[in-house]
Amino acid sequence: MPLKLEAKNLNFFYGNEQVLFNNNLPVEEKKITAVIGPSGCGKSTFLRVCNRIFELYRNQRAEGELLLDGVNVLLPEVDVLELRRNVGMIFQKPTPFPMSVFDNVAYPLKLHFKLSRRETFDRVEQALRGASLWDEVKDKLKTSGLALSGGQQQRLCIARAIAAEPEVLLMDEPTSALDPLATSKIEELMVELKKRFTIMVVTHNMQQAARISDATAFFYKGVIVEHGTTTKIFTNPANRKTEEYITGRFG
Amino acid sequence: MQKKKLFWRKLANHIFRFFSLLAVLLATTAMLVIVTHVIRAGSKALSLNFFLNPSKPYGMPDSGIANALLGSIMITLGAALLATPPAICAGICLSEFRDRPKITAALRFSANVMMGMPSVLVGLFVYTLIVVPSGHFSGLAGSVALAIIMFPVVMRTTEDMLDMVPYALREASLAIGMTRTHTTLRIVCRSARKGLITGILLALARVSGETAPLLFTALFADSWPKDYFSGPTPNMPVLITEYSTNSPFAAMHQAGWGAALVITVLVLTLNIGTRIMFREKRHAT
Ligand SMILES: Nc1ncnc2c1ncn2[C@@H]1O[C@H](COP(=O)(O)OP(=O)(O)OP(=O)(O)O)[C@@H](O)[C@H]1O
Ligand SMILES: [Mg+2]
Repeated sequence: MPLKLEAKNLNFFYGNEQVLFNNNLPVEEKKITAVIGPSGCGKSTFLRVCNRIFELYRNQRAEGELLLDGVNVLLPEVDVLELRRNVGMIFQKPTPFPMSVFDNVAYPLKLHFKLSRRETFDRVEQALRGASLWDEVKDKLKTSGLALSGGQQQRLCIARAIAAEPEVLLMDEPTSALDPLATSKIEELMVELKKRFTIMVVTHNMQQAARISDATAFFYKGVIVEHGTTTKIFTNPANRKTEEYITGRFG
Repeated sequence: MQKKKLFWRKLANHIFRFFSLLAVLLATTAMLVIVTHVIRAGSKALSLNFFLNPSKPYGMPDSGIANALLGSIMITLGAALLATPPAICAGICLSEFRDRPKITAALRFSANVMMGMPSVLVGLFVYTLIVVPSGHFSGLAGSVALAIIMFPVVMRTTEDMLDMVPYALREASLAIGMTRTHTTLRIVCRSARKGLITGILLALARVSGETAPLLFTALFADSWPKDYFSGPTPNMPVLITEYSTNSPFAAMHQAGWGAALVITVLVLTLNIGTRIMFREKRHAT
């Protein structure tokens, strides 16, 4: 299987405090990779390196390599806007823009492509269908994205993220703010989406990781203690810490 | 032991509550006394002609406030036009460069100084800066003075409103490949726009009653405000001062109260209206 993403000796610092230590992680194409570990171990930080969103803050710094299709995207000469078009992100709390449902999804399209109105509309519909939201919002495309329910807002954000046809989707606890029904909808959606995208998802829910992911990486205090196929990690972990964590003995 | 401690704590609590209540009572009574007095004294002056006629020289009958009202609107709107764009930009700068104190410190410091400056000083400043060199009073000079007072107020509310926009929204915007500038202008300002408008309108309400800065700049005239750029321009606050302190005529004292009532009602309407209209609604765009 080809690698889509690969971290090599990745270190991360908040100011002087190092929180990721020599992370090495291969991420296979069109698979779901679950990132698990106790709170504060650096899962979100790892994801935030992948699209360089951490650069918004001046004192945050990454060292090492993060290869996307073999190219180190941490190098300053890599166009960060293009990188972010390629690597979409979904946050824990839904983050719809303060505009209509339609505009939320059309925004990234206008940003990155020159499309006619017709084409834009088609691609918005496509993205909303892709996020299993079309049927619920097709009659209220003009209403504010903020007026949707939490689960709908999260799927709207997924639609927005996939509209620009990225290759990788980063999801940071995408269902932790949602009820079980909305959660299972998003889980189904992720399994559907992995046909087209490489997905990395942070989750605190072991059942969720076991249900939907193909590979799992276990983080502990900024170190990737163990990674491998989900089956292997969940049935026969090599490391004692991993076993303790997935059986719920700490964390 | 325990009981005694509890007793003192309760007592302290009661004393504190007593004084808080007293403060609330004092503040509201003062407000009510002022407003009722203005209404009582001012309502006698109100008539249709009072609203339609311009002011007239001392002692002439049938004078009104129409010219002053119009002049005041021109001066305050002028101030808003002058102050708002730079104030919003400065507020954005403060909020967006929060983690770069070197850039923001100077701006913040000068805004604080400006906020604390007595408005009469602002009037004098504009007087020496514009009125003296140009050789004439003008409504525009009045606008400049009010704009200087508005600037820090609008800047600070802009900063506060933008700070209230969650960082997650900025990140979400950057995450789809928007630039920083684009994110600020199209997403952050957009989600804060109600707050921004509220800030501007409240600052307007606040400066529309300022008198001292206008005494040195717009001054007053019994004419219609056609000389906004080149001559003394009638306005409400100075009209009130003139009528109620400089005139020997009882009718003019009364007209002064009438004008005070009108401006009070206008400012209160603007203030309360703004607060109601733009009250935070969670689910609106
Ligand atoms: N903005 C920040 N400034 C300084 N330190 C931070 C910042 N954000 C996170 N950290 C620290 O970095 C470490 C990793 O944080 P991170 O958010 O990546 O953890 P996480 O695994 O996502 O945790 P959770 O499961 O609670 O979301 C933590 O020790 C945290 O205290
Ligand atoms: Mg996290």
